[in-house]
Amino acid sequence: MKQEFESLNVEEIKKDFPIFNRKINSKDIIYLDNGATTQKPKQVINEIKKYYEEYNANIHRGIYKLSEESTLEYEKAHDVVGRFINAKENEIIFTKGTTESLNLLAYSLSLDLQEGDEILISKMEHHSNLVPWQQICKQKNLKLKYIEITEDGLLDLDDLKNKLNEKVKIVSIAHVSNVLGTISPIEEIEKIVHDNNSLLILDAAQSVPHMKVDVKKLNCDFLAFSGHKMLGPTGIGVLYGKKELLNRMKPFIYGGDMVREVTYSETRFNELPWKFEAGTPNIVGGIGLGKAIEYLEKIGIDNIENHEKELIKYAYNKLREIKDIEIYGPNENLRSGLISFNIKGIHGHDIATILDEENICVRASHHCAMPLHKMFNVLGSVRISFYLYNTKDDVDKLLLSLERAIKIFRK
Amino acid sequence: MKQELKVDRDYVGEGIYRENILDHYKNVRNLGKIENADLEFHDLNPICGDEMTVSLNFDQDKVREVKVLPKGCAISTASASILSEELKGKNKKEIMKMKTEDIFKLLGIKLNSMRIKCALLPLSTVKKAICGVKNE
Repeated sequence: MKQEFESLNVEEIKKDFPIFNRKINSKDIIYLDNGATTQKPKQVINEIKKYYEEYNANIHRGIYKLSEESTLEYEKAHDVVGRFINAKENEIIFTKGTTESLNLLAYSLSLDLQEGDEILISKMEHHSNLVPWQQICKQKNLKLKYIEITEDGLLDLDDLKNKLNEKVKIVSIAHVSNVLGTISPIEEIEKIVHDNNSLLILDAAQSVPHMKVDVKKLNCDFLAFSGHKMLGPTGIGVLYGKKELLNRMKPFIYGGDMVREVTYSETRFNELPWKFEAGTPNIVGGIGLGKAIEYLEKIGIDNIENHEKELIKYAYNKLREIKDIEIYGPNENLRSGLISFNIKGIHGHDIATILDEENICVRASHHCAMPLHKMFNVLGSVRISFYLYNTKDDVDKLLLSLERAIKIFRK
Repeated sequence: MKQELKVDRDYVGEGIYRENILDHYKNVRNLGKIENADLEFHDLNPICGDEMTVSLNFDQDKVREVKVLPKGCAISTASASILSEELKGKNKKEIMKMKTEDIFKLLGIKLNSMRIKCALLPLSTVKKAICGVKNE
């Protein structure tokens, strides 16, 4: 066994993830696409199985024991999530994912906006924090503005200050960029935004899984993230919002379970968070997410963050030695656990295909951030993104395969 | 152009970067754009953002001249280059009849379902040009 980092016992952790038992062409799987989705530990998989085999029933409906059990477990998952990010009671809404959370906000918040009001996002947003605002602005004659990013791939805070005025009602930005890995200084940004009386929304899809996020400390008004990027199932995500704001907002989707009283002419809505969870929700998804978070807490989110920092430092310095490589985003101290790059003369798809021959899984495309890649004048990039089960050995295997790709294309 | 996508769980894409593919990638045949072409179309692969422009001149129904301007991976670029050589002399009906398998035969490699779209982008762009689809 090679010398590993000290933050985590990866060898033990890997045993919890059944997918790593699989071999393809008798080779191990090297999974470096955690920014897209993560693998699932048996604790999550087993709970999903247990739900369907032992207590599957709709929530908030039946009087019988099965329904009581599933209701309690589903509600408990909200509390687990709330505790994880230090939210107050009833501030956690389950959605389909970050995308739905942000759509909910775009739709519901814009109901109170006036023609000519402005929304400010940054030039490094994922399509899910861009397209909803862009389209709602078209529908409601609002103005969408973009915060510039610096050459080092950081949010340009001077530009943020310049673009704020009394018309800017909403500022929505990524906590961590899914392409550049940039961690934005939210505590500083929060003061600037709130001094302007604007709302601050954080797309936390790439931060909550990888670092301690405390919504009270960050003092953001809303925060969105996805379950499947943090060991949970797909189809479940979270919207956090300050209670007083959520109470004032109108629902996004109407239907069953989000109502208190319905007549043929009027409806009185249910209390938080159910007001925003119409219809039968993704019950097992919510329960699975709760288990995923309990697993992360057991390992320790700080340990995971430190482990990823060590991996990033190692990978960043090794990658930098490759001739004709272009790495996007800030240096290793200001970035989260991902690196996007291009090697001159080799398209990302071709690199990914050659890596796939060794079962090395990476992302190669525009990572749902087409305008950002256009800004860098590239079609796409190759992205590696780490999680708790990755090792230095994974990085070494990646480097070997990259060398092979270069050999093939440079001969 | 709909096609059946089958996943071969053990297929790893070994050896798709053969000499002919790399040769066409590095030295694209019929590279460029025809000024005032009879037909021209620009398309992109939304999954990866790869771009493809084809322009064609005809003698009545037969392709007299073809130019391709690919911006993308080795597979889509090589496919454009190889296809451009194949198109000369073909009539529109023959081109419209070309299928996925014909492209595989021309390339001489097997691709997994994620990469098939790269290989097919040039042909689908040519077909859209012939069908009279217009770029906005």
